[in-house]
Amino acid sequence: MEKTGIVGYGAYVPKLRIKAETIADVWGQDAGRIINGLGITEKAVPNKDEDTTTIAVQIGKNALLRAGINPKDIGAVYVGSESHPYAVKPTSTIVAEALGVGTDYTAADTEFACKAGSAAIQMVMGLAGSKMIKFGLAIGADTAQGAPGDPLEYSAAAGGAGFIVGKDKKQFIATLNDTFSYSTDTPDFWRRPKADYPSHGGRFTGGPAYVRHVAGATNGLMDKTGTTVKDYDYVVFHMPNGKFPLAMAKKLDVPKEKLMPGFVVDKIGNTYSGCSLLGLAATLDCAKPGDKILVTSYGSGAGSDSFSITVNDLIDKKRNLAPTTEDYIKDKQYITYPTYAKYRGKIV
Amino acid sequence: MHKANVPMAWRRFKSKYNLVGTKCTKCNSSFYPPRLICPKCRREGKIEEFEFKGTGKIVSYTIIRSGPDGFEKQTPYPIAIVELDEGARVTGQIVDYEDSDLAIGKKVAPVFRKVYESGKEGIIHYGIKFKPEN
Repeated sequence: MEKTGIVGYGAYVPKLRIKAETIADVWGQDAGRIINGLGITEKAVPNKDEDTTTIAVQIGKNALLRAGINPKDIGAVYVGSESHPYAVKPTSTIVAEALGVGTDYTAADTEFACKAGSAAIQMVMGLAGSKMIKFGLAIGADTAQGAPGDPLEYSAAAGGAGFIVGKDKKQFIATLNDTFSYSTDTPDFWRRPKADYPSHGGRFTGGPAYVRHVAGATNGLMDKTGTTVKDYDYVVFHMPNGKFPLAMAKKLDVPKEKLMPGFVVDKIGNTYSGCSLLGLAATLDCAKPGDKILVTSYGSGAGSDSFSITVNDLIDKKRNLAPTTEDYIKDKQYITYPTYAKYRGKIV
Repeated sequence: MHKANVPMAWRRFKSKYNLVGTKCTKCNSSFYPPRLICPKCRREGKIEEFEFKGTGKIVSYTIIRSGPDGFEKQTPYPIAIVELDEGARVTGQIVDYEDSDLAIGKKVAPVFRKVYESGKEGIIHYGIKFKPEN
């Protein structure tokens, strides 16, 4: 198995935002308590004509700008999401068509709550590392759903990130050193067929779910690679809210400042399949050559994928070839709750 | 907006998803939607496929407040005639705009967006719209 690496990456966050206090006003809740409790001040909302496909296409275009490769050299396209626009009909082929990948590629949509994107990265690592493909594109994107009045309404957001993975070391922006996964059957969050909104186990989503799996994968990766937290300059944990990743950092003795470059949840919410990948993209946007990054995703149901990544010299040449995560986070327009409800199909 | 059945929509994916038109290499005129014959050079013309970058400027615009079938829930939305940098003029929606962006001469860039859905159970039609460039 050859070593693989990131040759291009792209992020995208929709322009529209709704403030937590706007949502709290509608449901008669204490905005200060919500913001303090969840650690989210506002979230990104898809425009009326945006869905997982359009978000994934923009991510793919940005990743191609940085990679500078011929899209026809991409041999696999995987889009991970829990809000694919079709129940049957892949998002990934629409994305590949829009990116000019041609016809000679394999594709599939992945689904694993918030970790469908990181699972897609592992799939293209395997295909590229075993020389079955030259490049693979893995995207995590979502337009997450939260039922009106549910705590999820404050966090379920839209956006994502994607990575083009290859096997030619000269093209690596960052080397994917290793990966480790930790999975169990834990029903902390789910959505049944034809249900509009997901259900969740409330506090059960904490200890037995998020904490156990993120710690399991992160510790497993460090054991496998013989590394400790001290070996990493930056750490990204999945961000279902602004509290869980900080609590996880404390538990694993990760200094808060190592989390901050990729800590995007307080400004845009939880972008589900895109969440930890956006954290990685934001971290790459400011990392220096030689820096080491540890990323651990989390998907309810449940599982975590952990990655050890080393940033290479090419990052300085590549990062400004496409908009950064911060560019998208800063470019925003606030909407009212009725507009949000209309755009999200809650009233029509 | 012309509404298409599945085969008709499928035939146009290439030109809808990426503004792929044609160009007459004899007189250098570019066309979108793609033309098969150059209206200037006629049989002397040489038509080739040509992909527009998609950047351009607003030539004129209007705001649709009463949308046709499939667009009713999108109103109000601006439609503009955009002159692409390579010459052709196309009609498309302007998205992610502030009111001050709706101005003749405003520079725009292409974005891939959902155009309409063929009902709740039909296919989703995607295409290029334009967003203001800062």
